[in-house]
Amino acid sequence: MGCDGATEVGTGRGKSASTLIFTILFSVLALGGVVVSAGAWDSVMQLHALLFAAFCVGAVVFLGSDTLNTPEGAYRERVVRAGVIASTFWGVVGFIVGLVIALQLAFPALNLDTSFTNFGRLRPLHTSAVIFAFGGNVLIATSFYVVQKTSRASLFGNGLSWFVFWGYQLFIVMAATSYLMGATQGREYAEPEWHVDLWLTVVWVSYLVVFLGTLMKRKEPHIYVANWFYLGFIVTIAMLHLGNNLAVPISPFSSRSVALFSGVQDALIQWWYGHNAVGFFLTAGFLAIMYYFVPKAVGRPVYSYRLSIIHFWALIFLYIWAGPHHLHYTALPDWSQTLGMVFSVMLWMPSWGGMINGLMTLSGAWDKLRTDPVVRMMVVSIAFYGMSTFEGPLMSIKAVNSLSHYTDWTIGHVHSGALGWVAYVSFGAIYCLAKWCWGRKQLYSTRLVEWHFWVSTLGIVLYISSMWVAGIMQGLMWRAYDNLGFLKYSFVESVEQMHIYYVIRAGGGLLFVIGSLIMAFNIYKTIKGDVRKGEEVIEPALSAAE
Amino acid sequence: MAFNHGTIERNSILMLVLVLIVVAIGGLVEIVPLFLIKSTIEKVEGMRPYTPLELMGREIYIREGCYNCHSQMVRPLRAEVERYGHYSLAAESMYDHPFQWGSKRTGPDLARVGGKYSDEWHVLHMTAPSSVVPETVMPGYPFLASTPLKYEHVEALMKAHQTVGVPYSDEMVEAGKEDLEAQLDPFSEGYDGLVGRYGDKVQIRNFDTRPGSPTELDALVAYLQMLGTLVDFDLYKAEENAR
Repeated sequence: MGCDGATEVGTGRGKSASTLIFTILFSVLALGGVVVSAGAWDSVMQLHALLFAAFCVGAVVFLGSDTLNTPEGAYRERVVRAGVIASTFWGVVGFIVGLVIALQLAFPALNLDTSFTNFGRLRPLHTSAVIFAFGGNVLIATSFYVVQKTSRASLFGNGLSWFVFWGYQLFIVMAATSYLMGATQGREYAEPEWHVDLWLTVVWVSYLVVFLGTLMKRKEPHIYVANWFYLGFIVTIAMLHLGNNLAVPISPFSSRSVALFSGVQDALIQWWYGHNAVGFFLTAGFLAIMYYFVPKAVGRPVYSYRLSIIHFWALIFLYIWAGPHHLHYTALPDWSQTLGMVFSVMLWMPSWGGMINGLMTLSGAWDKLRTDPVVRMMVVSIAFYGMSTFEGPLMSIKAVNSLSHYTDWTIGHVHSGALGWVAYVSFGAIYCLAKWCWGRKQLYSTRLVEWHFWVSTLGIVLYISSMWVAGIMQGLMWRAYDNLGFLKYSFVESVEQMHIYYVIRAGGGLLFVIGSLIMAFNIYKTIKGDVRKGEEVIEPALSAAE
Repeated sequence: MAFNHGTIERNSILMLVLVLIVVAIGGLVEIVPLFLIKSTIEKVEGMRPYTPLELMGREIYIREGCYNCHSQMVRPLRAEVERYGHYSLAAESMYDHPFQWGSKRTGPDLARVGGKYSDEWHVLHMTAPSSVVPETVMPGYPFLASTPLKYEHVEALMKAHQTVGVPYSDEMVEAGKEDLEAQLDPFSEGYDGLVGRYGDKVQIRNFDTRPGSPTELDALVAYLQMLGTLVDFDLYKAEENAR
């Protein structure tokens, strides 16, 4: 099938009543933004209210254009294309910020000792950029693509999907600017302040409406397994976001708020959120990608239908309980820690069930590992998924955690999941979508995908192995005693020993950034329609999208 | 199969509702009891809400993302208790909205940093960390010493804390600015008011060791110097608080 771009434009139509209502609504909101900006207590609120007003003005202009007039029946692919570009862009940005903060730990002078550039403000910028900007855009783009194709229906809502896309970019820009300017809730992975959270809530509910609305008008009797995971991810993230961001703003004109809960209750709510940002944002959502893109790319059906059912329900039920393993040996009551540990260990089973289901989908097509680097990237991502979902339960055992907690082992673990699993399965999906959505028979260069694969794989190996060694070293140094029974090392001695590992880690990060730049170039050329000299495929090895 | 999963697969709303039920259970079972079981927060002597100056210092601690590298949670493990002091109690963060226990120790734990170093040490350390700890990887924060503390909205901040349950009296909220200034000068007229409201253990002095109006460094050092010093562990009965 082709793209609907050509049919979307130019079927001129008078403004409907709903367009008029939304035009008025956005105009009023724009005015509201200006008013809040004028009375703002701080520069963050001042900037964000202005950005919001600009967004609303943009929406009014958009409503007046012809972009919304898509005939029924066509798939909406332009919003998916925008998502592919945004994902690639934010991916590169997020990786570069990661490299910068890795270098800051190796060479502290790079903090520059200003308020905007210190590690404490840049680290949330890195985590939000890779999780929410890169990961979030990949999830939105792929879910919009997958739900249409597997439902044989176009996206629900006239222009609502575009609202979700641009609204989400506004959320990213507001979150990023607030960290740099010093507005934060001080909650890991939920740093954006109350007004940004409110905006994300509006965008997220719209996302749910688009997704569910598309499912409801599907022409297939069954909902495809990838969509279960997308639905689970969207609904659960909504619940977690609302639960973890309950706060009382100190004024409607201030960006500052005070968390509703405190101390031990607040800690568990935060890690109920934090762990399930991993479980649902970075796992369930990306498993949905696995369940669509792997079978599609290798031309084989999902290995086991029954295993998918068990995988899905067991995973979403068990994940929610695992939060307390982030709070082992803290002031959280023991019963809660034990519960979290037991469920974390149980979580190993559905995780590996899912891994087996993904890997075995290659039955009969294993040769593609050798011939198709995009498939290889996705298969390696599933292997990393298996590895980090084994390591996770291991680290959640209290005896292990007493050593690993607070150390860089945790950072290594997170990155084996984030770089190996999340980023690789995303890269696979991005390469596929660049071909399918722009109707290209092949990528600009498969050899460049090979380069991307090997350069970034080497990067990941350097990253995670250095952090494993370093983390275990820190844990051991902090608990080492000399033969007179005194603590053997001062804290700063462990900091001093970290230098070489921080340097190796930054080297790994640099390789990963280089890999992502190679990908960005390849995607750009593919979108342009170029094919690298000498790589033209005479007989297409893969048929383009369906 | 008596039960057919196909029923769920054919109905998006049914699937949505079932997902919501399945994912709600774990959180409800783990979180709700923390609000209901009384022993969750230990009985201790000495806890009080932050003074306005300390609260503003905590704002700067959060703003600069200190929690990214420093925990405030000493675990009940021998090596930690010997390195940092008594293990942290839930009661010690009962007025922390949000909690700042942290998850990473790129730098040391700060739960009991209060009183460990002099104000002068903190001033040097915040301005140029390697001047007192040569091996450190901490960024310098020289701008804190030169940035005047913006505390015109400290009462609104305290009011919001009062709304979420921190026991600030209306009198404390109203006297916010006055108490903030008084804590920086032991000879000020506000001394008695501050001590009357927050107790005679409140540390009152010029924290950034320089004359002039309150700076961000004043507030941050005041916060760091009181961390972990409130609970009187001579009166704490661990056995009675076993959970």
